Amino acid sequence: MSNDTILQVRGLSVDFPGRKGDTTAIADVDFDLKLGETTCFVGESGSGKSVTARAVLNIVEPAIIKKGAIHLVDVKAGQKIELSGLDPDGAEIRAVRGARIAMIFQEPMSSLSPVHTIGQQITEAILLHQDVDEAEARRRAIEALRAVQIADPEQAIDKYPFEYSGGMRQRAMIAMALGCEPDILIADEPTTALDVTTQAEILRLIRGLQESRRMAVMFITHDMGVVAEIADQVVVMLHGRVVETGAVDQVFHAPEHAYTKKLLKAALGLDDAPARRRETPSDEVLIETGDLSLAFPSKGKLFKRVAGVQALDRVSVELRKGEILGIVGESGSGKTTLARVLMGRFQPQSGQAIYHMRDGGTRDLTDKASFRDGQVYREMRMIFQDPYGSLNPRMTVEQIIGEPLLVNGLLKGADLRRRVGALLERVGLPATAMERYPHAFSGGQRQRIGIARAIALDPRIIIADEATSALDGSIRAQILDLLLDLRAELDLSILFIAHDIGVVRYFCDRVAVMHRGRVVETGTAVQICDAPQEAYTQRLISAVPIPDPRKRHLTAS
Amino acid sequence: MSIIPPADSPDTRLEAPSGDIDPRIDGNAGTESQWQLIRRRFSKHRLAMISLVILALFGFVALFAGFISPNDPGDVKARYTFAPPQGLHFIDRTEEGWSFRPYVYGYDVEIDPVALRRTFVIDEEKKIYLTFFKRSWEYKLFGLIPTDLHLIGPEKTRDPLYIFGADRLGRDMFSRVAYGTQISLSVGLVGVIMSLVLGVIIGGAAGYFGGWFDAATQRVIEFLRSLPTIPLWMGLAAAMPSGWSPLQTYFAITLILSFLGWTELARVVRGRFLALNGEDYVAAARYDGCSHGRVIVRHMVPAFTSHIITAASLAVPGMILAETALSFLGLGLQAPVISWGVLLQEAQNIRTLATAPWLLVPGAAIVIAVLAMNFVGDGLRDAADPYAN
Repeated sequence: MSNDTILQVRGLSVDFPGRKGDTTAIADVDFDLKLGETTCFVGESGSGKSVTARAVLNIVEPAIIKKGAIHLVDVKAGQKIELSGLDPDGAEIRAVRGARIAMIFQEPMSSLSPVHTIGQQITEAILLHQDVDEAEARRRAIEALRAVQIADPEQAIDKYPFEYSGGMRQRAMIAMALGCEPDILIADEPTTALDVTTQAEILRLIRGLQESRRMAVMFITHDMGVVAEIADQVVVMLHGRVVETGAVDQVFHAPEHAYTKKLLKAALGLDDAPARRRETPSDEVLIETGDLSLAFPSKGKLFKRVAGVQALDRVSVELRKGEILGIVGESGSGKTTLARVLMGRFQPQSGQAIYHMRDGGTRDLTDKASFRDGQVYREMRMIFQDPYGSLNPRMTVEQIIGEPLLVNGLLKGADLRRRVGALLERVGLPATAMERYPHAFSGGQRQRIGIARAIALDPRIIIADEATSALDGSIRAQILDLLLDLRAELDLSILFIAHDIGVVRYFCDRVAVMHRGRVVETGTAVQICDAPQEAYTQRLISAVPIPDPRKRHLTAS
Repeated sequence: MSIIPPADSPDTRLEAPSGDIDPRIDGNAGTESQWQLIRRRFSKHRLAMISLVILALFGFVALFAGFISPNDPGDVKARYTFAPPQGLHFIDRTEEGWSFRPYVYGYDVEIDPVALRRTFVIDEEKKIYLTFFKRSWEYKLFGLIPTDLHLIGPEKTRDPLYIFGADRLGRDMFSRVAYGTQISLSVGLVGVIMSLVLGVIIGGAAGYFGGWFDAATQRVIEFLRSLPTIPLWMGLAAAMPSGWSPLQTYFAITLILSFLGWTELARVVRGRFLALNGEDYVAAARYDGCSHGRVIVRHMVPAFTSHIITAASLAVPGMILAETALSFLGLGLQAPVISWGVLLQEAQNIRTLATAPWLLVPGAAIVIAVLAMNFVGDGLRDAADPYAN
């Protein structure tokens, strides 16, 4: 054991007790954390990464630590503390939490108290663990905020979480974690909820702090790109077990376990996009928007008027027949608003969106009356982001997929059943799935059901609003491939809204980049991803983590 | 070129190797409807299940009040004024051995020579045997079918049977509580159904269409809820013409109760509509080409019927308590109509209460019924939320 080892975990198993016996969350997990090193835990959702992190802090309730040893080494005193045997509510473990091992979470908004200022929350953590007075704690809190590069920390300390942006909140969480100068920082998917540019900043920050303070960082993520950027050591988990451990370069360039290879293939595959043969774009335009502008009305408060948000600012894009047009941008850039305008949910203040119908006529999608006879909705279908919210939990899959066919009076009875079965098989689900309710399916399967519903009416256009962003890597690739197959088969045009550059590079033919309601750049996917012209696009592209530790560019110092 | 060729994509194995698998996909799982899930989850809630059984008993009593009552609830018997409750015995022990034969002990009347007050003493020598399905006084089952069949009665019709004792006019408390159950429960149910109709229509329209209608109804609801209830009820009850028949008063009282009761339900319904309007699957239904009516009826209402049932089941006890309070104050139903509140009016006098504490039995019935309804409502609420766990 090297002198730098700060945490030693051996044979750790955690079980969730249940009425029908215990469910194993993790089993026989071994790993070491070393000072000055970042260990990434990677695996898809449900693989036990977060449970492992929580077990280190002994906060796994309602689960129980079945067996195993967690040794926390006190480097200066040369002592070891066994954490797994401690009372989860006892004084010893509470002295460790926050002070020696600190944790930051995925969702910074829900892990910060909305009714206390950032400063109060940081000083509380310091006062709890260190013997200092309040003025000193405040001084240290300001120092911590400065360390996480929050501008003007003297002012920022007295603000409330809602006054912070998502990235600033995550910085504040890190500042809170750093307040007591812990030896180990556990970061549970700290960048998953953030935009790529913000993610890059946070990764850079964690890397920098880790180097300057010689902390051990336990970093949990499902994104192989992030792993490649930040890790020194990698632990790959699958179904609650560690399947591979090793240095980052070895795991990426000489993976041993089949699952690691699969993960890498899924991550790298999206970056090998040019390999996919592009369709030659047709000249036939299906939708053209001209100078769409939409400002959400300012809310007239009693005494002051709050300025409205300019969600769309003179947006002009065109969707051609047979192409996949990607709309890319950070959250709040107006891409979802654009989709909603095209689906008639919002009416813009100015501009037009002309849709060329199958029968040769045209409709202006900015006019509510265009949607009244339902014809537009037959030709233009939508796939939603959230696979859980987009399927009615009270209807069977048959009813869900059959609904558009039924209400449009196309099919009923046995014919409808047969068609739903055929659609299910087309999207890669067994026809017998139609009797089940959505809660029986996983996220990827639900998204397939959503796709089946979208293609049921034999549409011309599919608008996919972040249709794959809620899915794990390999499933995301499967769904994208399904859409590609369907496009070729059904002669579809797809408007694909995404924030993930890797997905866009792989999937789209042309890309429009949006920023603050404006289209800043349009071009083919290869152009945009490999040779962006506009400064904003360049910033966006360069912030994307590349799943290869030898090409590390975000955190390179 | 695809990363994973569609031919061997693990679809048929339902994405097993990814870690994204839901174990319930195997076998028959996932074919249960929302209602089946709710029923299963509800049946695990032990307190709610016990309460449901109790409520079913109350319901049975209310429906078959005449059948259950051994005595006519209006039958005055001066001989048995304030007769205490007789204990029911089921096993008869005689010299010949044990046998199943329900009986009660008879009364011995002693007259206090100083106060000239009658005191009843249970006479263990006198056994009054009971028979099941006894034919005695006549009543109409469900108010329609004339019959004289009763669950239980003394073998000799003239013998007294006072399971819960008798009131100051010698009327049988047990029979009166049974009849009171009928009125009190139905006031609660009818009142809640009326407020439900009002609440669902008004709240639903407010939530679905929004705009000025929503704003107007919200202000009306806020105004109605700001009114102090007891004085309002008193005022409305006082405005009822005294010449009205008991039936008219009964309906007027339920109307008054639901006049305020609908506001709560309207808010619940409006809230559910607002929440559901933002759901993707409701948007999907619109994009599927569904009309407003179909979106509401087929896609939105099923999502909150369970919530409405829960809200309604929690509103019933409130109605019952309100009716009781009004009747207790003498503003609600009036004798000869029997409700729990009317019965409790008898228990207002502390001196009669000291001699005959069994006059409080209707109070116990109220407490048990209200608690049971609250527990059932709680159980329903826990079971109805599909995203709770």
